[in-house]
Amino acid sequence: MNTLLDAWSWLTTSAHWHGQDGIGARLVQHLYLTAVCLLVSCLIALPVALLLGHLGKGGALAVNLSNIGRAVPTFAVLVLLLLTPVGRWGEGPTIVALVLFAVPPLLTNAYVGMREVDQDVVRAARGMGMTGRQLLLQVEMPLALPLILTGVRIAAVQLVATATIAALAGGGGLGRIITAGFNLASTAQVVAGAVLVAVFALVVEGIFEAAQRLAPSRLGLRAGETG
Amino acid sequence: MTAPPDDCLARNEWVCGAYLSSRRHILWDAVLQHVQLTAVAVLIGLVLALPLALAARRWHWAAGPVLGVTTILYTIPSLAMFSLLLPVYGLSASLVVAGLVLYSLTLLVRNVLAGLRAVPEETRQAARGMGYGPVRLLLAVELPLALPAAMAGLRIATVSAVSLVTIGAIVGYGGLGNLIYSGMNTYFKAQVLTASVLCVVIAVAADLLLLLLQRLLTPWTRSRS
Repeated sequence: MNTLLDAWSWLTTSAHWHGQDGIGARLVQHLYLTAVCLLVSCLIALPVALLLGHLGKGGALAVNLSNIGRAVPTFAVLVLLLLTPVGRWGEGPTIVALVLFAVPPLLTNAYVGMREVDQDVVRAARGMGMTGRQLLLQVEMPLALPLILTGVRIAAVQLVATATIAALAGGGGLGRIITAGFNLASTAQVVAGAVLVAVFALVVEGIFEAAQRLAPSRLGLRAGETG
Repeated sequence: MTAPPDDCLARNEWVCGAYLSSRRHILWDAVLQHVQLTAVAVLIGLVLALPLALAARRWHWAAGPVLGVTTILYTIPSLAMFSLLLPVYGLSASLVVAGLVLYSLTLLVRNVLAGLRAVPEETRQAARGMGYGPVRLLLAVELPLALPAAMAGLRIATVSAVSLVTIGAIVGYGGLGNLIYSGMNTYFKAQVLTASVLCVVIAVAADLLLLLLQRLLTPWTRSRS
């Protein structure tokens, strides 16, 4: 219990919030890292997954990629990149490692979402003379949206959590508070850092949960109006 | 003055046979620690997950809290998880194991529960009609039928645990992660690459072993497909 109280007092000390190593700066770095990585991963994974799902090909590829992604430790990828010329690009290694980590869940979920669209609906749309492009954008994608969003949510939460690993390799973000605490042998600071990251992850989870809850109901309403 | 030896270690190359032969023992110890940490964590996770999944199925009110809590545990970042458990376990191997157990719980509870729920009601009734009591029904009918789903969860949990062990390096119990961590600080390329590749090899080997085990335990699924 004492540790938690110590962590609380560490968190509530205003000096720890300001400055270059303060919580504020680390939070901004963490948010920036997560947002950039999520954006890049979505830009890479979603077009590929949507196209493969539309064509109905490459299912094995999507699933296998996801399994391989789980087996490769992000920390190992980060350190490997750090020791290559990429290591000189500042946050480059962290971003590349995190993107590689976030692509598999995005790819798998979006692909599965596209494949699970009711094939009768697809055939009906095709029978109405829709082109492949219309079919993809107006029928398959909206229907696959819940699963695509689930993938984005999983990726976002895991990115927030995994971005802490950057600190092990000297990168920025909230993980730095934890590693600095380890180096100072300050359990209070370590626990405070951990709580910050966990709360951040849960907040992101909550935001996506709320967004998802709003999205399908609106989609359902629209479907009700037209059907 | 003698010239420095002109080998791949001196040139700090990524792939280096001299590293493999001269550090054989260090590598072997790291692999052993890595496998031990993973195996102990996943086994404890399995032992805890079974009663939790059974409770969640037996009592309707228990399902929400069990699934909710394990899901929240899963969203806690690994580095944060190890640090949150630090006051309880200190800098020890138990700390890493405890963290990994909490992670594996989510995947295991969910999959075991899904497997149990997928057992057809007719099958249950047939077994009851044949005079099976609740314990025998569970052990001889329900658990075997839930096995494929449970094994799927076990495989994912194991593969994830293998890669998460590396983060244990922050408290000095990371198996191959220790070598990656120290290799990073000394810019030792051969060590980082070798340890990373070994991590993936362990993960793939564990996955294949579990797949084999699943096929041995569920011979009936083979004849069907």
